[in-house]
Amino acid sequence: MAQRIAILGAGTGGTVMANRLRRRFAPDEASITIVDRDDSHLYQPGLLFVPFGLATPDGIVRPRHAQLIDGIDHVQGEIDRVDVEAQDVTLADGTRIGYDVLVVATGAVLLPEETDGLTGPGWKENVFTFYDLEGASALGGALPAFEKGRLVVAVVDQPIKCPVAPLEFAFLADWYFRRNGRRDRIDISYVTPLDAAFTKPVAADALGGLLETKGIELVTEFNTGEVDGRGGRLVSYDEREVGFDLLVVVPVHGGAPYVGRSPGLGDELDFVPADLGTLQSKVKPNVFVVGDAAGLPVSKAGSVAHFEAEVCADNVVRHLTGEPLEDAYDGHANCFVETGHGKALLIDFNLETEPLPGRYPGRFGPLPLLAESRLNHLGKLAFERMYWHALLPGRSIPGITPTLDLAGKRIPAPTTTPTTTPTEEAG
Amino acid sequence: MTTQTIAGRDVTVDEEGFLADPAQWDDEVATAIARDAGIDPMTDRHWQVVRYMRDTYLSTGSAPTIRSLGKASGVPVKELYQLFPKGPAKLAARIAGIPKPRGCI
Repeated sequence: MAQRIAILGAGTGGTVMANRLRRRFAPDEASITIVDRDDSHLYQPGLLFVPFGLATPDGIVRPRHAQLIDGIDHVQGEIDRVDVEAQDVTLADGTRIGYDVLVVATGAVLLPEETDGLTGPGWKENVFTFYDLEGASALGGALPAFEKGRLVVAVVDQPIKCPVAPLEFAFLADWYFRRNGRRDRIDISYVTPLDAAFTKPVAADALGGLLETKGIELVTEFNTGEVDGRGGRLVSYDEREVGFDLLVVVPVHGGAPYVGRSPGLGDELDFVPADLGTLQSKVKPNVFVVGDAAGLPVSKAGSVAHFEAEVCADNVVRHLTGEPLEDAYDGHANCFVETGHGKALLIDFNLETEPLPGRYPGRFGPLPLLAESRLNHLGKLAFERMYWHALLPGRSIPGITPTLDLAGKRIPAPTTTPTTTPTEEAG
Repeated sequence: MTTQTIAGRDVTVDEEGFLADPAQWDDEVATAIARDAGIDPMTDRHWQVVRYMRDTYLSTGSAPTIRSLGKASGVPVKELYQLFPKGPAKLAARIAGIPKPRGCI
């Protein structure tokens, strides 16, 4: 009898999984059902460009079903809950989908209502987010009218999707207001709960340096507790304040709400705990997780979902054929970081190796790592075509591997770390 | 990394005073680190957070964020800031003898 594979979520990770698995199994070996609440696949990297008029909402959405190859059952419906003991999924309309293997790929949701005052007075008037299509469009209406004052770009808390996107927004805002001749009347601040512009030191220095060059104020270790839209104030838990005239905020994220309704499936933030190397969940051996839905210490980013899906699809095949899983994923992520003025940086890293300078892909690759270039910007634009035509169909992209390739990266000399010296004061 | 004597024990700490090896930790080390950071005495509520933090780290390999702490430790975020002024996640991690929490990237 055919094995039943159910994939929840037809975004980046779920679509790649479905297409890769469909090619690995004949129809009589496995059925593949993919569930999503709608038929709109959003190219999420495009959201950044919408507020600046560089992308249109219509231009970055395509039908989900059109990204799936033949032989995949596409079910449209809201997921009510998963019963991991009974191995079935119940939809809001009562439909039940039984499975032998479940793949959770339902991503992350925005939870603006979790921050006091964020969705109160001022929300979508002088307080916006560009992290969903509606918000990005609304912000696109507000930016042209913003003549003077203080623009604050604030990240409320980690984890967030695409951790560099709010920095990119600040860089593009600087470019946008310079181009419109308003930059001298507009201050820009970047507010983060981190202790630097970015978590990893080499990239934090590079990105922090760019903020400084562009005259963007960096406010660190600011944990937003309250947003006062009417008064134009961000208030931190330790009672610091940042004033704004226009606020662009990245709200806190959680897993999909059905995860919370499914006993034993998720953690306190509704993300599904998983093993990084295999992408098998810690819930049940026949439950796998890819992308933003996973409770893993890696970036919530499209590149991660894509690399995970390649490893995870192989492991679902191994699971169903009774072979041991391969511990193959290393937290590899890469992304173009748009810096404005037609340039971008490229970063490529994993859990062990932070973003470093060098070339990509490989030693002789055309793209400079961690350095601004026109070519990286063109790469970012070209990537959209690659996303729809190569990545989602589950084709391998030459030179791009799921795990990190150190070739081409300049690795800093290790610092000597005396561990057995006599008692010293820590710095 | 340097070796420091905390509560009479030689422990290895990083540049910011976080223990390199969670196994070198005990309640007395925690109390001494807390006192040094201006938290004296460690109340039951402090211990509740510190123990939750440490258990989570030891079982999952990563320290919870402030938001996770607020949802799962039984101590709301506002109170976390009263108990561990400035940066509760960092300070509680230091007292709990686990590495400095990093963001997710």
